Amino acid sequence: MKTIDALNTSFGDLNSLIDDAIKIDRNITLKNVFGQRYIGRGLLEEVKIKIYGTPGNDMAVYMDGAELEVFGNGQDAIGNTMNYGKIVIHGSCGDTLGYAMRGGEIYVERDVGYRAGIHMKEYKEMKPVIVVGGKAGEFLGEYMAGGAIILLGLNLVKDENITGRFCGTGMHGGVIYLNETPEKYNFGKEAVKAELSDEDIVFLKKHIDFYSKTFKKDLNRLNIKLFSKYVAVNKNPYSNMYCTY
Amino acid sequence: MYDVLFICMEGLMLKEGELRIPSGCAISGIIDKKGNRFNGEEIIKSIALMHDRSNGLGGGFAAYGIYPQYKDFYALHIFYDNLTIKTQTEDFLAKHFDIESAGNIPTKPVPSVINSPLIWRYFVYPRTYMAKEGFMDEAEFTSKCIIRINKDYKGAHVFSSGKNMGTFKGVGYPEDIGEFFMLDTYEAYMWTAHGRFPTNTPGWWGGAHPFTLLNWSVVHNGEISSYDANRRFVEMYGYKCTLQTDTEVITYLFDMLVRKHKIPMRKAIKIIAAPFWDDIERLNKELQNELKSIRSVYANALINGPFSIILGYEKGMIALNDRIKLRSLIAAEKDDRTYIASEESAIRILCNSPDKLWAPKGGEPVIALLEGEQEWD
Repeated sequence: MKTIDALNTSFGDLNSLIDDAIKIDRNITLKNVFGQRYIGRGLLEEVKIKIYGTPGNDMAVYMDGAELEVFGNGQDAIGNTMNYGKIVIHGSCGDTLGYAMRGGEIYVERDVGYRAGIHMKEYKEMKPVIVVGGKAGEFLGEYMAGGAIILLGLNLVKDENITGRFCGTGMHGGVIYLNETPEKYNFGKEAVKAELSDEDIVFLKKHIDFYSKTFKKDLNRLNIKLFSKYVAVNKNPYSNMYCTY
Repeated sequence: MYDVLFICMEGLMLKEGELRIPSGCAISGIIDKKGNRFNGEEIIKSIALMHDRSNGLGGGFAAYGIYPQYKDFYALHIFYDNLTIKTQTEDFLAKHFDIESAGNIPTKPVPSVINSPLIWRYFVYPRTYMAKEGFMDEAEFTSKCIIRINKDYKGAHVFSSGKNMGTFKGVGYPEDIGEFFMLDTYEAYMWTAHGRFPTNTPGWWGGAHPFTLLNWSVVHNGEISSYDANRRFVEMYGYKCTLQTDTEVITYLFDMLVRKHKIPMRKAIKIIAAPFWDDIERLNKELQNELKSIRSVYANALINGPFSIILGYEKGMIALNDRIKLRSLIAAEKDDRTYIASEESAIRILCNSPDKLWAPKGGEPVIALLEGEQEWD
């Protein structure tokens, strides 16, 4: 496994070094990463990168199959328009996680910032999934058009909300699962609570098991049946906005 | 950017607002709450890490605690376009202030920093009898003089005017501007920095951040949609927005609310980033009344649009996001230090294992004051 020291390397040089390295070895490690952008951009299947430090904005942008594991916190716009692949973050991450994500999976051990899952979408078998161990900031799933977001809300302190305000604002597709039933005022008017089906429980169990295994957390006491589910009120809420018949 | 270069070559430098170039920003701040001073190398390292957030059209720093030998004097940093305007401005200064010391601010040549104006520094004290005649205190007198220079002396621009603090800014990447002003030779207990990526206007020396008045300094990432409403409001109280860029109005808003209207900082923040009406409705009656009255009286001081700012003043620094957090902001603490930056990596490059690290919520300030300062309540 090749190791690249990213200290004092610009994002352009670092990404070129990664491109060269994966031609020889598809498993690489990056150390001393401080804010370099676009790590893993467009990378294909079978590439596995372990990242130590704080990777910069737009990590995994357009990623198409690679697997990234971050030992540290992530910054903003991780998984921007990502197509396929897997991201595991042993820490928290910043705003707009999974921005316009089209496929693949993102697992975050702790919390996520504002606007996680903004405009994530799905098409046929392509269904992106975001699993977050802690809480989310405001505007979770804003303009969400597809895919699934799962919030486990582990280690919330007293009176702390699992999600901030304006959750699901502008939502017109996809599903948000929360390990709690938050106050109604935290939701945008385009999101509505729905019944949890058996299929939902199977889906949740699969992803929670992966989270538990990956981050070595015993989640047996988690009662999946008590999760709340939110979907879009209307798939096309603004169809009459620009032309009315 | 091409347009700017072209116009410079023609010798017709257009300023902010006269030209539009559609093209983000970076902010960073460090304070030692015990007041221990340290040189500018660390803040340069932090802002340089976020190099790609700016585009070389503006960089700047505010440093607090750098002039202890002149701590009772206002330190005026002034840009001059030419010697004629310098002479005229100095006549005005000599009439209104006792000038303790004057000289150019030392700089060193940096290849990427070009077309710098004349950069001068004066340590001054207001002529007390003139302030008294105008029924003003010294701070008000000084601020009025600064506004007057910036408004009426075309080609002169006072870009720093506090006590025991100074701003250093210009056109270039922030790390180059820091080298140009030799910030490793200054020691401050608090530093803030800005890397500019002008989105609506070209960069010029006066348009770089921080924007200051007296001890206030503001570095800002974002843009203010409510700029004209805010501008009209502060201009009713004697301020004059001369730079045609949005950030300067934030500085004047804080100066007006806290210094002139004597509003506690806690409330001033609720004015600038006011809670939503439906959030106010869920609070207890007493808080509701307070928030409703400040929102009503100071409706025009509400800043709308995406922003993350670091406000510096003699007591410390306060970082603030817009209410729905449309710009990134991270804070961390380690021992006596508080760090604030647009990106976590810009903190970790200086302090890799902070005691505490958090992402402030929209409208929720990060307050890092010197030990013993209580203004918050």
